[in-house]
Amino acid sequence: MSTEKISRRDFLNLAWGAAGALAVTELSFVGLRFLSPRATDGEFGGEFNLGSYESYPLGSVTPVEVGRFYLVRLQDGGFLAIYRRCTHLGCAVPFDQASGEFVCPCHGSVFTNEGDVLNQPAPRPLDLFQIAINEETEIIVDTSSPIERNQTSPDDIVYI
Amino acid sequence: MTENEIQTPKKEPLQKRILKSIQRDPLSPEDDRGRMKMVMNSLILHIHPTKTSKAALKFNYTFGLGGLLLLLASVLAITGVLLLFVYTPSPDAAYESMIALQTEIYFGNLIRNLHHWSGNLMVVVAVLHMLRVFYTAGFTRPREFNWAMGIALLLLIIGANFTGYLLPWDQLAYWAITVGVSLLDYLPIVGEPITRLLLGGSEVGAATLTNFYGLHIAIIPLFIFGIISFHIWRVRKDKITVPRAIDTQADKERVTTIPHLVSIEFTFVLVWIAILLLWATFVNAPLEEAANPAHSPNPAKAAWYFMGFQELLMHFHPVFGAIIIPGAGLLGLLLIPYLDQDMDSVGVWFRSMNGRWLTVFSANLGVIGAFAFVLVDEYWLDIPGWLPFLPSYISNGWIPLAGVLLLLIGYYQALKVLKASNCEARQSLFTLLLASFVTLTVIGIFFRGEGMAFILPWS
Repeated sequence: MSTEKISRRDFLNLAWGAAGALAVTELSFVGLRFLSPRATDGEFGGEFNLGSYESYPLGSVTPVEVGRFYLVRLQDGGFLAIYRRCTHLGCAVPFDQASGEFVCPCHGSVFTNEGDVLNQPAPRPLDLFQIAINEETEIIVDTSSPIERNQTSPDDIVYI
Repeated sequence: MTENEIQTPKKEPLQKRILKSIQRDPLSPEDDRGRMKMVMNSLILHIHPTKTSKAALKFNYTFGLGGLLLLLASVLAITGVLLLFVYTPSPDAAYESMIALQTEIYFGNLIRNLHHWSGNLMVVVAVLHMLRVFYTAGFTRPREFNWAMGIALLLLIIGANFTGYLLPWDQLAYWAITVGVSLLDYLPIVGEPITRLLLGGSEVGAATLTNFYGLHIAIIPLFIFGIISFHIWRVRKDKITVPRAIDTQADKERVTTIPHLVSIEFTFVLVWIAILLLWATFVNAPLEEAANPAHSPNPAKAAWYFMGFQELLMHFHPVFGAIIIPGAGLLGLLLIPYLDQDMDSVGVWFRSMNGRWLTVFSANLGVIGAFAFVLVDEYWLDIPGWLPFLPSYISNGWIPLAGVLLLLIGYYQALKVLKASNCEARQSLFTLLLASFVTLTVIGIFFRGEGMAFILPWS
């Protein structure tokens, strides 16, 4: 840095400019936070306590209507919380018990019971929600932010 | 003049003084000078110049489309404010308000129909207005930025329409918004945060309804009002584009705005109010069952003006269908006035007789080409299937895009052989792309059935 002295006028201009920029930043932050999504427990966007893991039989798919997701228990005992929203254009994907697949009524995408794409146009597997297991071995699903994935992986599956 | 002003005002009866303090000029001026003064001193009329070019008054030059947009905006503002009094923006009450409008409220259906049809008509008229300006080259220097503002207004009009689409909270609204907002999701990086902010969560719900309500009744109208004012002010400052040959003859071909322009406008507005009223009386705005987030209809379609994009998405990788192609289109639209150099053909429909034929030809080619492309891609073309080792963004993105671009370049060269000038060739290319997009929209609306399979609408 040069040791050049800054004039009083330049200093004040700079200080006022910086204060103005700071004010704009603060107000934008406040505005954006004010408008950001809010969530409550037990409603979609909040956390769901689904009770003990033992109440879900192996190889079952249980829809949780309010939470807009399916709790999937695989044959090996692992859990997945699969978000109902189709990754193509957002339709609600029903689970077809007969074929054991998710079939989207809107544009014909088909997914396996783990959410993997069997039939396009869906560009990626169904999204997941975070599963946690508490001390009473109850299953807690957090629906605040869906987890997007480009391909399925064994790491997605939660074991007790 | 100045002598008059310094003089003490004449003694006048109080009643006359009150009236004169409200309306300063006589309401029926006797000469042209008085008529011009009236335009200049009036709050509403002063958006007009005191004299207007005769060439600009020809109805088949402007078709009054800008004026019609202003009329539609006013109808929407008035009916919209009325609707505010009966509408509650919550998932439990919104649909009830719609039923109340149909069954309990005097003229409820009429006001809702007027608002619905005017809003949809506004999208169509805004596009027609843009085409009118485009084909008469009204965007050339110094009006380039006003063209950009016009495009901003078109986007805002679509935004207003889209946010209003959700408010009835029926099945149609719920799933059209779900599909429409999901198109945004494909934007890289910013798509997801924007979608979440817009929806107030990860899907359409109570928060979405209040967000869209706020945007629809406050934010978007405010922006539209601001930009419209700037837009009209610029038209007033730059004057309306007229052919060079007429423009050089200066004042000879100009007539006073009162009565020549104002009487045309008055008739035009009355005719259109009659059309809107008749339409709203006999054609009801659609209303389906109340929204059910658990049950998607088959097929689920976006709002009609987004069907072209939804159709594109069926043929291209999402990043191409939702981002690259529309983005390039928008950029091209914004840049086009800055490329135009030919000032001699400005103000002439389609630039010349040759330009006219090329435009008609390109429009036909666009319609046939888009239909052919959709059918070929639907029943035969399957690049991802033929080249399964390539990632989808190449086999379903770069390869088809390169094919389309090659065809367009070939067409541009062919136009040059047909003796088209630069601006006529650009005009033809624009026509071809626009006709294709309109065709895609029509295919998306009418030719797509269950599971978005290709169907014939008449079978």
